[in-house]
Amino acid sequence: MAFLQQFALLLALLIVFSTSCKAAALEVDSVEVGHNYSSKSTATEDTSTSTNNSTDGQAPSSITTLPIVIWKWHHVETPYLVALWILTCWLCKLVCELNHNVTSVIPESGLLIILGFILGGIVWGADKAQTFKLIPVNFFYYLLPQIVLDASYCMPNKLFFSNLGAILIHAVIGTCWNAGTVGVALWACYEGGAMGTLNIGPLQFLLFGALMSAVDPVAVIGVFEEVHVNEVLYILVFGESLLNDGVTVVLYNVFDAFVSLGGPKINAAEMIKGIVSFFVVSFGGSFLGVVFAVLISMLTRITKNVQVIEAGFIIVLGYLSYLTAEMLSLSAILSITFCGVCCQKYINANMDEKSVITLRYTLKMMANGSETMIFVFLGVSAIDKTIWVWNTGFILLTLFFVVAFRFMGVFFLNWVLNKSRLIPIDIMDQFVMGYGGLRGAVAYGLAAILDEKKIPEKNLMLGTTLIVVYFTVILQGISMKPLVQWLKVKKATQSDLTLNGKMNNRAFEHILTAMEDICGRMGDNWWTRHWKHFDEKYVCWLLMKSDAREHNDPIFGAFHKLNLEDASKYITEGERKGSLAFIRNYDSASVDFKKKLALEYADIMPNIMADISEYDFGIDNVPVNSVMKNTIPSVSLDIHEQDRNRSMPNDLSAHHILDQHLYKSRRDVRTNPDEMQEIFQRTMRSRLESFKSAKMGVNPAKKLSKHPKKDSTHKPNGKPADPHRTHPFGDEDFEFSADSASSSEIAGHFPRRSTNAPGAGVDNPAFIPEMDTSPPIAQGRLPWTPTNLRRLAPLRMSTHSTDSFAMADASVDDEVPEEKPGTHHTKL
Amino acid sequence: MGSTSSTLLKIPNVEVLMQETGFSPAHMIRLHDRFKALDKEGRGHLCPQDFGAIKELAMNPIGDRIIGAFFCPGKETVDFHTFVKILAHFRPVDKNRPKEPNSPEPINSRSNKLRFAFQLYDQDKDGKISRDELLKVLQAMLGMQVTEEQLESIADRTIQEADLDRDDAISFEEFRKSLEKVNIDHKMSIRFLR
Repeated sequence: MAFLQQFALLLALLIVFSTSCKAAALEVDSVEVGHNYSSKSTATEDTSTSTNNSTDGQAPSSITTLPIVIWKWHHVETPYLVALWILTCWLCKLVCELNHNVTSVIPESGLLIILGFILGGIVWGADKAQTFKLIPVNFFYYLLPQIVLDASYCMPNKLFFSNLGAILIHAVIGTCWNAGTVGVALWACYEGGAMGTLNIGPLQFLLFGALMSAVDPVAVIGVFEEVHVNEVLYILVFGESLLNDGVTVVLYNVFDAFVSLGGPKINAAEMIKGIVSFFVVSFGGSFLGVVFAVLISMLTRITKNVQVIEAGFIIVLGYLSYLTAEMLSLSAILSITFCGVCCQKYINANMDEKSVITLRYTLKMMANGSETMIFVFLGVSAIDKTIWVWNTGFILLTLFFVVAFRFMGVFFLNWVLNKSRLIPIDIMDQFVMGYGGLRGAVAYGLAAILDEKKIPEKNLMLGTTLIVVYFTVILQGISMKPLVQWLKVKKATQSDLTLNGKMNNRAFEHILTAMEDICGRMGDNWWTRHWKHFDEKYVCWLLMKSDAREHNDPIFGAFHKLNLEDASKYITEGERKGSLAFIRNYDSASVDFKKKLALEYADIMPNIMADISEYDFGIDNVPVNSVMKNTIPSVSLDIHEQDRNRSMPNDLSAHHILDQHLYKSRRDVRTNPDEMQEIFQRTMRSRLESFKSAKMGVNPAKKLSKHPKKDSTHKPNGKPADPHRTHPFGDEDFEFSADSASSSEIAGHFPRRSTNAPGAGVDNPAFIPEMDTSPPIAQGRLPWTPTNLRRLAPLRMSTHSTDSFAMADASVDDEVPEEKPGTHHTKL
Repeated sequence: MGSTSSTLLKIPNVEVLMQETGFSPAHMIRLHDRFKALDKEGRGHLCPQDFGAIKELAMNPIGDRIIGAFFCPGKETVDFHTFVKILAHFRPVDKNRPKEPNSPEPINSRSNKLRFAFQLYDQDKDGKISRDELLKVLQAMLGMQVTEEQLESIADRTIQEADLDRDDAISFEEFRKSLEKVNIDHKMSIRFLR
């Protein structure tokens, strides 16, 4: 069946695809026509109006009768094709993810490229020309920014900044080394005659080396997300791939300019300018990113009333930071990276929890979608006869040099770094770092925007770039996982968020700080401490909302997060058993969440966190601004307190889930009345059962259908079931908003029972004082538990037994206790 | 300052110390200089006031406990020997140390680092961190920002998470287990030389 499914999907894919091609074929003609017209119209303004009219295809003047339906392809052509291609790429991703066995061997990025080959072949077959290619403009402006924004927003800041020195050294020096050595080595081989005759000069080799040198963040994400290596290694490779853009852009532009200038004009002044431009571009880009981060943070301070689109602001402003840097010819990737990295903490604190979740998921969706499209298009672009110029020597030598010099660079730099690192980088980790130097779409993009007039061998370079990309992504991607396992590289520790962990982290920080003070030296902790102090005093004052500031503490944030998780687990567990099996004893409503409970129900626990954040890379920032709105601090889910605070307009989503099942006053009409009815009936039945078993040991009446789920005696808190205090059904919360109609309906069952029970008559009025207390309790404080019921149990001996139910279940608002028992006869 | 060897000789029992703690001669000299700088009155040992004179330490929430950790129970002063031994806990773990079967565990082993931290919490030295002790630590670290009930809940929750034998206190074993996934190496090591 699975095969048929896959096959059907593939077929659908092809059909979708062919229509797009057909459409493309159709519009090739009209496009050419359109191009002619549009070029003319830009040239001469007078004729523009007339040409516009005629490009509307069939000129309106030629129709003779009112057409009912018109084929308006030319109107929707561009957006239609774009949407169709996006759909196709995402369907490809769907096909890839159908079978997990395949994706664990070949990384998804590799599979997507291969599917891209197939699609490209289809287009080629239909069109004899590659109409759909990865156009650099589209890539750099529409596909790349969201990936970088998402990566930087989810970046584990602590880890990033504590390893920033190592990352920068690799990014700057490593990339320069790669660029220089590859270019020079290739040139040397060319001079040595290994490549035959090409129309290339040494500067062009250097340019080629520069564009080949960039380790690509998209490819790194694509491959490393399957292989969970330890956090330090991951952050080194990933951080390097993000920050080397500054260098790559500079090198590319510098060498491009040199190529234009020509050999003789390059003197010391130009070289110095090149070096200066590096500093300007990278620091300028980063600074611009920080400026935008400040803007975003300040903006989120005041967006409380537009929470609906709060998340959108960050995306738009992030994109603007990218474009602004591009406009000023600074490093755009650095700009958007630092924007995301710096504003993380403040916007998470300022925005409402829902907005944070929205933002996180939106960014993930956009980033993943773009990544998919990039890889598919990388495959499609390959099927194009026009770009392939085969030169075996060039290609093979490039591959060899790229890999070899990468390893050399990594080992050398790490050797230097290890001399001054506190915890040296393992040799196996270094090997994986070298192996993880993947090239990707950025290199392809840079190669595609080469000017053919200046660089006659552009196609050769383009083809070689593609081959290197395929080699690294597919081959190195496939072998990365087995390599990591074979080398026994330390994997990421999937640590659960524990209060212990957080608290001890904090304690360790303090201890280390104290030790460094005692030793009297400025250690790493000195910087961290002073930054923290500065941050708390000035930056948070500026960028965070005042109430967010007060609750901005990682321990408290962890506590809050854990409470939410507990609440969700509680709900899912309770729902599994039919209704919320809640608190045992009302006086100390403490919930005992043992780890084994968590393990048991881990699979039904909804996974609300994004992938990477499961691994404790030190992500501390949890939005806590919702907690301050309600004073429900304790692990012991004081449910009644939640009820009291119901007037709060913004409830947490967890509380909203709890709300549905918790004891509620009549005022609340949010829940489904049928559901409440059902729960009410169930609780009625269970109460009766409890009376029977508690009092008489009489078998429960068979007529009443037992709710099967209630038979389980598994108690959520792991304590042994107390036969005296509890009944087999677990405790229920009673929905008291049943109207009198239902209560009388239930009451109708009771007379049957009251006859078979012998028993001591109990003085009804004696219990009325207790009844007195119960409705007010029910009103605001307690869910009705069997301990209460037990006291009421003797009541059922008289016909007034039902009164207790009727009274209890009647409107809580009513002042029931005052009623005389006699008046309730009518209800029976 | 004189040559390295002559300065080294001034430190009493320096060979034994280096053997026990694993510090290099350069480390020892540096620490000795620091010890003498802290010991303003030149008595040859430190008392709590000397530690208190370190300004930043006063701002540390658990600073007083850390100072207390230097002083063995009953003693009022810290000599150089003890000073170095305590600081030796924070040396980075030696990965390439050959494992001699009969030698005692080095001071900077992971287990000993954890024990040092444990002793900071466990002030009455009964081998367990009780709820009250935990509450005090939390109060010191979080005091300004959370209310009394919240602190108590956090303390309760923390104990619940770690307490496996349900005695409402955290023993050293439970403490160690709760931190088994944490990279103690990174988190409890400082650099001793510039």
